[in-house]
Amino acid sequence: MVKLHAETPWSDDLPIREGKCQLDAVDLGPIWSIAPYRKAEKGVSAALSKALKLALPAPGKSISTGEATLLWSGREQYFLIGAHPPKLKAAVTDQSDAWCSVRLSGAAAIDVLARLCPLDADVLAEGDVARSLIGHMQAVIWRDGDAFNLMVFRGFARTLIHEMHGVMISLAAQDEIPQ
Amino acid sequence: MRLLSRGQIDRSKPVKFRFNNQGFEGFKGDTLASALLANDVKLVGRSFKYHRPRGVMTDGSHEPNALVELNDSGQITPNVRATQQELHDQIDARSQNHWGSLNWDILELNDLLSPVLSAGFYYKTFMWPRSFWEKVYEPFIRRAAGLGRLSMTANEDRYDKAFAFCDVLVIGAGPAGLMAALVAGRAGAKVILCDEDFRMGGRLNAETYEIAGQPGAAWARDQVETLRAMPNVRLMPRTTVTGAYDGGTYGAVERVSHHLGDAPEGAPMETFWRIVARGAVYAAGAMERPIAFKNNDRPGVMTASAVRGYVNRFGVSPGDRVAIFGNNDSSFRTAQDLAEAGVEIAAYIDSRDEVALEGDFKIYTGAVVSNVKGRMGVKSVEVTRGSSSFAVEADCLAVSGGWNPTVHLTCHMNGRPQWNEAIAGFIPVPGMIPGLQVAGSAGGTFSTKGCLKSGAFRAKEVLQEIGIKAKSLKVPEAEDSSYAISPLWTVPGKGRAWLDFQNDVTVKDIELAARENYRSVEHMKRYTTQGMAPDQGKNSNVNALAVLADATGRSIPETGTTTFRPPFMPVSIAAMGAYAQGDGFAPQRLMTSHDATVALGAPMVEAGLWYRPSYFPQKTETHWRQSCDREVHMVRNTVGVCDVSTLGKIDLQGPDAAAFLDFVYTNTFSTLKPGKVRYGLMLREDGHVMDDGTTACLAKNHYLMTTTTAAAGNVMRHLEFVHQCLCPQMDVRFISVTEQWAQFAIAGPKARDLLNALLDKPADDETFPFMACGDVSIGGIKGRLFRISFSGEHAYELAVPSRYGASLFDELLKLADALEGGPYGLEALNVLRIEKGFITHAEIHGRVTAFDIGMEKMISPKKDCIGKTASNRLGLIGPEREQLVGLRPIGAVKEMNAGAFLFAQDADPTREMQQGYTTSMCYSPTLETVLAQAFLKNGRARHGEVLKLVDHIRQVETQVEVCDPVFFDPSGGNARG
Repeated sequence: MVKLHAETPWSDDLPIREGKCQLDAVDLGPIWSIAPYRKAEKGVSAALSKALKLALPAPGKSISTGEATLLWSGREQYFLIGAHPPKLKAAVTDQSDAWCSVRLSGAAAIDVLARLCPLDADVLAEGDVARSLIGHMQAVIWRDGDAFNLMVFRGFARTLIHEMHGVMISLAAQDEIPQ
Repeated sequence: MRLLSRGQIDRSKPVKFRFNNQGFEGFKGDTLASALLANDVKLVGRSFKYHRPRGVMTDGSHEPNALVELNDSGQITPNVRATQQELHDQIDARSQNHWGSLNWDILELNDLLSPVLSAGFYYKTFMWPRSFWEKVYEPFIRRAAGLGRLSMTANEDRYDKAFAFCDVLVIGAGPAGLMAALVAGRAGAKVILCDEDFRMGGRLNAETYEIAGQPGAAWARDQVETLRAMPNVRLMPRTTVTGAYDGGTYGAVERVSHHLGDAPEGAPMETFWRIVARGAVYAAGAMERPIAFKNNDRPGVMTASAVRGYVNRFGVSPGDRVAIFGNNDSSFRTAQDLAEAGVEIAAYIDSRDEVALEGDFKIYTGAVVSNVKGRMGVKSVEVTRGSSSFAVEADCLAVSGGWNPTVHLTCHMNGRPQWNEAIAGFIPVPGMIPGLQVAGSAGGTFSTKGCLKSGAFRAKEVLQEIGIKAKSLKVPEAEDSSYAISPLWTVPGKGRAWLDFQNDVTVKDIELAARENYRSVEHMKRYTTQGMAPDQGKNSNVNALAVLADATGRSIPETGTTTFRPPFMPVSIAAMGAYAQGDGFAPQRLMTSHDATVALGAPMVEAGLWYRPSYFPQKTETHWRQSCDREVHMVRNTVGVCDVSTLGKIDLQGPDAAAFLDFVYTNTFSTLKPGKVRYGLMLREDGHVMDDGTTACLAKNHYLMTTTTAAAGNVMRHLEFVHQCLCPQMDVRFISVTEQWAQFAIAGPKARDLLNALLDKPADDETFPFMACGDVSIGGIKGRLFRISFSGEHAYELAVPSRYGASLFDELLKLADALEGGPYGLEALNVLRIEKGFITHAEIHGRVTAFDIGMEKMISPKKDCIGKTASNRLGLIGPEREQLVGLRPIGAVKEMNAGAFLFAQDADPTREMQQGYTTSMCYSPTLETVLAQAFLKNGRARHGEVLKLVDHIRQVETQVEVCDPVFFDPSGGNARG
């Protein structure tokens, strides 16, 4: 019998540390998209609360129990991360392999984002989620403590890391320029 | 000449630099211009058109003359303003725009030809012979006229771009800007303070005014330190705000490492910022304007404020014996400052009659400078008073024609500034840029005290507007003198008086434009080129339109100004295009099989953002056609494997999913049973074909749509539009699952053999007949299998979660190899589908209908769909349409190319006679002939006709036979069997 083995999207590129910033690979575990059917939001939210202690968050927000996280991920759409959903009155798809996730941390994290993403990352509070761009790649961005989790399509993994690394090097070099 | 004990340079840190291959020395804190002047280098460049010798004229970013190239190990940065470039020990600067040396410029000949080279000369002269323009005139003009050179190699310097956000953006850190930043900073607002200089303080650094009892420069330094200590204030020196855009967005360019000889590895040269501000205080100051008189462009003629600036800030006197000429109170300050610094003053010349001035030097009132002697540098100036003229010996002439508020940025959203008689200049009017308030001399307030007050006041206004409470700030004591001016634009007389130094435009040129009826200021600008090029008329605009006003008998406000557009200053394309060099041009989307594919030597081609293999060369193959032919044979005879993960996959679910599909596709999907796949055609609202692909019914109310690779995003957007806008009542949800699945086509007579070596439970015709789909298991991993074919062979597409994609590709290749099969690329895929008569976006290119491709019967008569009504419009159906056909060569010439045109055999191959065109072609190793797909007028009724195919570009003419586009296995038995 054939035995297939799994590969991560990041190969051996991560972690990267430059100056006051670090980029790590994040294995989010299972990712499920949940899109409640018409007028089913309340029921879906109740079912998720019951099964996972996670109610549907408001747009731009996420909610986490530590193990599992439920993110708003777009219009009438949520991502359940780190857990499997119960049966829901919703369209559910497996997205676990569709994304490359990285975690950007350190004092210069906001400055790195400011070079690649048009969002004012400074106003993103703990747990806030945004759909935006990293360079020209559409992304899911959410704040996790002092760090930012960034998700882009798996196929963009190398471009993501390459672009972020370039900016991290640039900022680390700029730190050495005397004021 | 360096002055002792003056200036804000660090005399303990000498800096060596090179100019035109000669070594010089300056100090840290110098600009290249101040260091050159300190070394008595007066000639720094040649003018744009007449190649006249030119020297430093200003001490700021508006410098029109002292533009240099900076050379750094093969890289050239052209058009660097020496007045802005900080001195460092790696500077290797070269002067620009001369043929021969700077001192012996052959093209100075142009200056002698000036009587014929006046405005409009090129328009009038280089009209004939027509062919001479490209071959003779243009290359010569480009050689003669121009600015810096490029290295003609790829730019390897790094550039960044970035976003920033703030409550209040303060533009300019002079007295007004510093006060505004202090008020906003103390109010707790998030502040960004930008200044284009490396030392904040604006004119305070260049003047001798005192504020609160201390020198202005020292006061400024203290305020900057106070601001630096505020966590809510971000100081951005060396940053020029270049444009004001919608929604409080400003463009700005930061010179990050131009000032460093030893920039840290990886640091960008510049960063292009997009700053989004809730409010802004514009305190960009004012620029001194020259006065036009004969030979006023000679090296050594400078603006008076620049002379003060070099003396006070850099401890450099631009001359040993300086004459000063002005028409306003500020010019006299130059004389006072120079006297205090111990510089010899040749004379102070004021055009005003009734001014009482006192000084320990010659003062001529009611007098003007009417000429300058000295070609490579000022030797003497001719002073005219009444009817008498006399020479004054001097090696530098400081000129002040008054001050122009720097209104440029306020005009970027098409607002017009207003003429102010009191200062004889244009000032901004309120509301030109929403959310932006103008403070200080940019608004026409010229005293230091006035600027401080205005900065504080405008900041409070901006803060109030955005709902932030501000405390009043006591404005310190400062100079509060009046500014009296009596306008003087030109000194009448014979000879050329220069207005626009960067474009070599003279008073006569403007007068000529007016005479030739270019009376509108915008027409005059384009006719004479006044106000163009990097300095955008900063030195010449007001003077030029005053001359135009005079020549046309109108007032200055009636004449108006030209439009100031972004950018305020030249911005490197490299900065705006940061991150886009080389591979950075677009993100790369890579398949899970990418590394293995590249390792096999396959050249990759772009498909949208994806990279796909063209073909997989084997060792003995030297030409892509050999590989392609082999791969086609392989698929037709054994089995081939191709990564098709790049095709768009959209998961649709919901009670109305089937109805939704019926609405977006021309054909019916509500009848599709679970476990089955159907080919579908999608139209745009205008009735033309949008995309095609297969959709599988995975379960009740659950479908998987595939799109073409390049159109995946468009189809997704289309579905969102249809759902959100056209049928929001439908209960359907969809999401892209393209990247979730790695999917491989397995095609060929041995496809099932290969497949069954993989699957935990073998597939057969019973479980997986043609157009079936279902779940499968590969070593316990759940996958999806679709029996579909784009090659016409017995074929499958097998999908597994992407993490297993690379591993599955390896297994597929191993198993294929054992069956004498292997991987195939896009070239073979294309041949296979052309042989079979299948279409791609080469055919459904946006202008074709379902009728054109012979699929009008796929538009179901039983239901409505997007584009159905529009597809029946007059002219979209009928014999006049160009319809899809196949072509094969029947004459001696076998070559056919995509994009060639079809003509009747005896017709002239002209545009009017063309009857159709080819969209795809290939050499078919299966049928051993070249094949093509084409659109031909009424083509379906013309199978068997012989036509002429002409490729005008490659000059190929081929006799072709029109035939059915399905060349191979028309019954479809191979795929079904």
